Amino acid sequence: MEPRVIDTAGVQALVDALLARGYTVVGPTVRSGAIVNAPITSVEQLPRGWGDDQEAGRYRLRGRGDDALFGFASGAQSAKPVFFPTEEVLWRGRRTPDGFTVEAEDLQDDRRDDQPGADAPYALLGVRSCDLAAIGIQDTVLTGRRPDAAYAARRAAAFVVAVTCSDPGGTCFCVSTGTGPRPGPGRGAPYDLALTELLEPGAHRFLVEVTSDRGAEVLGDIGSTSATAADLEAADGVADRAARRMGRELETDGLKELLYAAAESPVWDDVATRCLACANCTAVCPTCFCTDVEDVTDLTGSLAGRNRVWDSCFDADFSLLHGGRVRASTGSRYRQWMTHKLAAWIDQFGMSGCVGCGRCITWCPAAIDITHEAAVLRREAAEQEALP
Amino acid sequence: MSRPKLAVWKFASCDGCQLTLLNCEDELIPLAGEVEIAYFPEATRAVVEGPYDLSLVEGSITTPGDLERIEQVRRASRRLVTIGACATAGGIQALRDFADVDEFRSIVYAHPEYVETLGQSTPVAAHVPVDFELRGCPIDRGQLLEVLSAEIQGRAPRIPRHSVCFECKRRGTVCVTVAHGTPCLGPVTQAGCGALCPAYERGCYGCFGPQDTPNTASIAARLRRDGMAEDEVLRVFRTFNAGAEAFRRESVRHEAGAGVGRGRKGEP
Ligand code: SF4
Ligand code: SF4
Ligand code: SF4
Repeated sequence: MEPRVIDTAGVQALVDALLARGYTVVGPTVRSGAIVNAPITSVEQLPRGWGDDQEAGRYRLRGRGDDALFGFASGAQSAKPVFFPTEEVLWRGRRTPDGFTVEAEDLQDDRRDDQPGADAPYALLGVRSCDLAAIGIQDTVLTGRRPDAAYAARRAAAFVVAVTCSDPGGTCFCVSTGTGPRPGPGRGAPYDLALTELLEPGAHRFLVEVTSDRGAEVLGDIGSTSATAADLEAADGVADRAARRMGRELETDGLKELLYAAAESPVWDDVATRCLACANCTAVCPTCFCTDVEDVTDLTGSLAGRNRVWDSCFDADFSLLHGGRVRASTGSRYRQWMTHKLAAWIDQFGMSGCVGCGRCITWCPAAIDITHEAAVLRREAAEQEALP
Repeated sequence: MSRPKLAVWKFASCDGCQLTLLNCEDELIPLAGEVEIAYFPEATRAVVEGPYDLSLVEGSITTPGDLERIEQVRRASRRLVTIGACATAGGIQALRDFADVDEFRSIVYAHPEYVETLGQSTPVAAHVPVDFELRGCPIDRGQLLEVLSAEIQGRAPRIPRHSVCFECKRRGTVCVTVAHGTPCLGPVTQAGCGALCPAYERGCYGCFGPQDTPNTASIAARLRRDGMAEDEVLRVFRTFNAGAEAFRRESVRHEAGAGVGRGRKGEP
């Protein structure tokens, strides 16, 4: 289907059409001084006129002085918590007079109501190219060899409206990882529609590219006009300008070998002086997928259950085995995280685990920067090589 | 089978942690069905003689009398679980560790000779073996029920020792440090409260004491960058868990910059 054009009223019509089809629409909105995802019903809830300044360990909203609805970079959280909730009930067991029963309980039971995740199916509005790539990675990990049924069901039911990044943040590097800034079919998770917001020249409007039958159907429900050559050119311009304004860079050439060779590097001890082992990086990373399984009982022992909760390689007990912790030092935990993300991931899943969204850099209270540490490792290796 | 006997003991403390037990309204009836509440002066005058299967101990050790009594409690208890920042780290009253007790006793009391007290406020585990320490000022109701359930069922309690940030992110809270520049002890503090303060856009005060791997020097550097003076950094580490080793050590590191104190008594 040829690209179409809608205006802001058209975005509202799109939201309405998705709601009418029974989707919970999850989109970006401003809360607590940041862009966060939440269920929305109106275009008025989108961050109109808001941009952001992002640096290592620092995030601030910035008024843009225009009407852009998607004029910000990656938000505080990706789509991860929607498809891969922070806590999930796996099963509950109840004691009965003659034994016990085990039931897969309604998975939403223990969900906090202030988070998206309670009312599938979801329509995600405004998914960035890096986050689409991340959803693709999580699909590989979670529906590959041992499929996670609940995740797969949520993913299959979801409708995805992607968006082109127009104003990347100071910690973005999707150009380095080849994952952005413009969504492209066949790259990352499939999506149904892709928007590119055009502020100029001409009226405030959105180029809509259609990549699925479902997308075409929904777009058919709302009024749109056909895109002109000028619209297409303007959209290309948005993506080109964004690509030239990446705040960070990651040299990926030979990165896997570099990390494998750096296991004994002093860099890890240096990071450990700053790293808080707080796990914010893994929590905001759209591809990190590690969980813990909690077994719980009630006071009387008549109810038992198993929950799955987000975990992190930065938790000391994450590597607890009989006899002790495999990764007792903070340096060894950071090494595990970075080496898995950028190197072992490639051997394990056939792709890097980093999509260049920059969240681990922005949301690290200690301002630790994965691109900087990679550059330091590279410099150190070059210096080693230069030695006689 | 007779129900296990539960005792609840109080040392130097504010009773807040015992109140957390009383606040478990919906669970108190099932609890009373599972255990015999044998000694709990805060709730009932009835006294059932020991020995006890499970003792919950609130409060720190601050007097010579406490020293004797905690030995008796230990002897009378099969399992002993300490509850709250006082019992697990000495509590806010451990601020005395950084001062001269004789000096302020003579200033505060008309007859200082009647006041018998120790120079330091210490956690129970400094004196007798403790089976489990439940942190918090006050303790968290959900965590207390988890510990009680675990004790009754004879399993290990699920009380993670990782940072408050885990809970903060699980809850979907926007980080107050990164997005607002608000000083927050979450990264060095043990989870347990559900990241309550950041959910209300306040920084974490460290009520649950140091997390498993607390990099206090790194967070202190961040607090300084976010505008705290040396004496303020010293003070955030000297609250309810002032006596917890990692927090104590970090606070002492800022004494020179703050122009105060001389560390714990008896230390070089
Ligand atoms: S490692 Fe960092 S930059 Fe890469 S995908 Fe994860 S959060 Fe984004
Ligand atoms: S790298 Fe940063 S966010 Fe990650 S555990 Fe260390 S201090 Fe926390
Ligand atoms: S607000 Fe505090 S507890 Fe929450 S993530 Fe930030 S530093 Fe951690």
